[in-house]
This record gives sequence, structure tokens and C-alpha cells, in this order.
Amino acid sequence: MEFAFYFSAGVAVISTLRVITNSNPIHALLYLIISLLAVAMCFFSLGAPFAGALEIIVYAGAIMVLFVFVVMMLNLGQTIVQQERQWLQPSSWTGPAILAAALLAELLYVLFGQSDTGAALGLSTIDSKAVGVSLFGPYLLLVELASLLLLAALVAAFHLGRHEAKEP
Amino acid sequence: MSWLTPEVVEVIIAVLKAIVILLAVVICGALLSWVERRLLGLWQDRYGPNRVGPFGAFQLGADMIKMFFKEDWTPPFADKPIFTLAPVVAMSALLIAFVVIPITPTWGVADLNIGLLFFFAMAGLSVYAVMFAGWSSANKYALLGALRASAQTVSYEVFMGLALMGVVAQVGSFNLRDIVDYQAQHLWFIIPQFLGFCTFFIAGVAVTHRHPFDQPEAEQELADGYHIEYAGMKWGMFFVGEYIGIVFISALLVTLFFGGWHGPFGLLPQIPFVWFALKTAFFIMLFILLRASVPRPRYDQVMSFSWKVCLPLTLLNLLVTGALVLAASQ
Repeated sequence: MEFAFYFSAGVAVISTLRVITNSNPIHALLYLIISLLAVAMCFFSLGAPFAGALEIIVYAGAIMVLFVFVVMMLNLGQTIVQQERQWLQPSSWTGPAILAAALLAELLYVLFGQSDTGAALGLSTIDSKAVGVSLFGPYLLLVELASLLLLAALVAAFHLGRHEAKEP
Repeated sequence: MSWLTPEVVEVIIAVLKAIVILLAVVICGALLSWVERRLLGLWQDRYGPNRVGPFGAFQLGADMIKMFFKEDWTPPFADKPIFTLAPVVAMSALLIAFVVIPITPTWGVADLNIGLLFFFAMAGLSVYAVMFAGWSSANKYALLGALRASAQTVSYEVFMGLALMGVVAQVGSFNLRDIVDYQAQHLWFIIPQFLGFCTFFIAGVAVTHRHPFDQPEAEQELADGYHIEYAGMKWGMFFVGEYIGIVFISALLVTLFFGGWHGPFGLLPQIPFVWFALKTAFFIMLFILLRASVPRPRYDQVMSFSWKVCLPLTLLNLLVTGALVLAASQ
């Protein structure tokens, strides 16, 4: 199964690169769907089929549908492709690419060079369980307040969006 | 013959079974085009195709010859790779989903623990066929059809998942074989999960874009919707894909709500395949009868029916089922 994992991980990396470098928005979204499917395959090969199926249902089956839906309505033509090509000139991406490569090198150094707990700087590692415990323990009130704020934003957005629908 | 170990033989038998099931499903889907037209003719007081062969049974062959030899034309303004990809997705998504259907105790392609979730995933991916077809055709009618299809499918998939959660909560498993076994020991789910059955059936019709939910291709308004620019075998793949969807949803209904390969009251357990095929055929007939008898609703009615009637019903069903399961376990 190790081969399956690395194979699908490679597919995910390549297709994600194509998402960025593709100049046609719909083709880029198609690559993004393939990338999500590849990540789902990674979950399958790691023995987490439930997470893999949810990845396909939620991301590839629902969220990406809305993405494609919106992009489809934008009436994109040849001008957009030209514009995207212009943005993809080497002069515009070399700087960020060099900085990102430096970060990648650091990540690899931390992953392979140091102790395998990931606490490379001598501090303790905070895993997701610890985050969850503190979110629903001492900070419970803050989480509830944040959710109230989000709910208020949702109600406001709904209110702003419905002003035209006042016909009898 | 040293390489012919028992494991290899097992693998070969499993692959052969899978191929037989694949061919059977595709042939059923193709034959349905003739069956549907004959039945529509019967129910609407006309003949239907009755010239080629006995009762017109070779009409399928004539249609296939026509489709294969038609010019496979791609419009010059279309987005070629996506235009070609769309019919492939249309045909393969629900065909792949067929692997989770247990046909008899010994026949079935894959025994997945996440069987139902796999079906949801494939149903979610099947939307892309219509969306990509509509967008890449660069045609107003096709785009409108694709917009309708995606909005409709996303809305109906919301409660399609919820409708089946009652079944899953009672069985405690996503595995379809577990669900069939549970029904053999208890009642068939059509009785305890009647609301779930009704809503899932409606969602199934909507997800396969069958009449009365064929808004994406409503002839009167959209001329043919998303596949207006398609010709030849590419159109044929959409066509066969729709019938494969019907066969698949019927088989899933039988598996989930009508006891799969078991006969009523444990009758005649020696013929599991016959029971399965009979019940599936019944639901396929129901799909066709719906098309023959029900008028097509307006698009906004379709959408508000989904969100205002079906979604609350499924939530209610899930709530009551959850409460009963909880009460029974204590």
C-alpha cells in the first residue's frame, strides 16, 4: 500500500501545480478536483476510508460543484486566458517561488533532521487533541461568542440579500 | 502450472464476476431504451418501435448502428478536452457505484465497509458530467440546462444522504450486505423507514435527471439542455448513462428498502438472483411509468419542493428514528 500512497501523493502534487499554472479557470478547477480525489486516495491507502469518502463527498462533490457553478457563470473568454498568461510571467512568480522554496527546505530539515516529535526548537509539541481540549475547556465561552458572531453575520448577509424579494 | 495457486484462481474468479456484472448492467441499460419506448407506447395508447425483429426487439441494434456511424462532430467553438470528458463521466460515475451493490450472497463486486458513502461520493461526482457538458458546449441552452442540473442535483443530494441515515442508524453500518442481513432478521425497511423510502425515491429520480425531474433537458424550454451539441456515440454515452442510473437506483432501492436478494416472508431462499432481478425490474418499470404519467413541474416548484417539503420530512424521519434507536438500546 506504500506504493499506492506515494503514487496518489505524486498525482496530488502534480495536479495542484497545474491548478496554479493553468491559464484556463475551468481547466484549473478540473485539476483541483483531481487533486482532491488524489488526496482522498491517500486517505484510502493510509487505511482511513471514512475520511477519504468524506473528502470526496464534501470537497469534490459539493464545494467544488459550487466553485465550478460560479466560474461557469462568469462568461470567461479568451481575454481571461490572456490575462492569466500575463500574470504567470516568470518575473511575477520568481520572488515568491524562491521564498517558498526556502520554506520547503526548512520544513524538510525539520522533518528529517530533528527529533521526530516535530518539537525542533526545543518546545513541546501541541497536537490537535490539546487544541480541542483547550478550545472546549477554558476557552469555551470565547468559542460560543465567535459562533454567535458568525450567526449574526449570516443573518445580516441573508437580510442584505433579500431586499429585492418584497413583491406580493 | 505452478503460478495457478488458489489465491490467483480466487482473484481471477472475482475479476470475471466483476466483468460479468459490468456487462450485464451495461446491456440492461442499453436494452432499456427499447423497453422504455415499448412501455411508453403501451401506456400512451400507441405502438412504439415494433418494426425491427419480433416486437421491435432488434430496434436496439438498429439504434446502435446508427449511433456508431453518425459523424462524431465536435463544434469548433467548444472546449474540446472537457467536451470529450463529460460523456465519459456521465456513463462511468454511476456504473462505478454499482460495485457496492450486493446482488446475491455470493455475487457482488466489492464488499466495502463504507458502501453507502461510496455511493454518495459517486453521485456527487456525476454532477460534473452535466456541468462540464453544458459549459464546454458554449451554447446558451446547454449552459442553462447545466445550471439547472447542478442546482437541482446539489439540493436533492442534501436530503438523499439524510433520507438514508435512518436506515444506517437502525443497522449501525454503512455496509450494504449488513443492511440486507438486518432486513432478513427484522422487517424490510419499507415499513419502518417509509418516509425515508419516499424521499430517497424522489431524490433518486432527481439525481438521474429522469422525468418529472428532467429540468436540465426540458425539451419545450431548453431544446435539449446540456447535450444539445452532442452527436453520435458521445450523445449515446449520455443516453446509456441515464439508463444505467435507473438500473443502479432501482437496485439500490431494492437493497436498502426491499430486502435485497431475500424473498418476501423468507420465501424460496434458493433463488436469490431471481428475487433481486424481479424487484429491480419492478422499480425500473416504476421509473418508466412515472415518465408516462406525470407532467413536468416548473423549475422553481422543483427547487422549493426539495427544500420546503423533502428536507424537513427527512430531518423529522431521522429525529424519530434516532429517538427510537436510543430508546431501544436502553
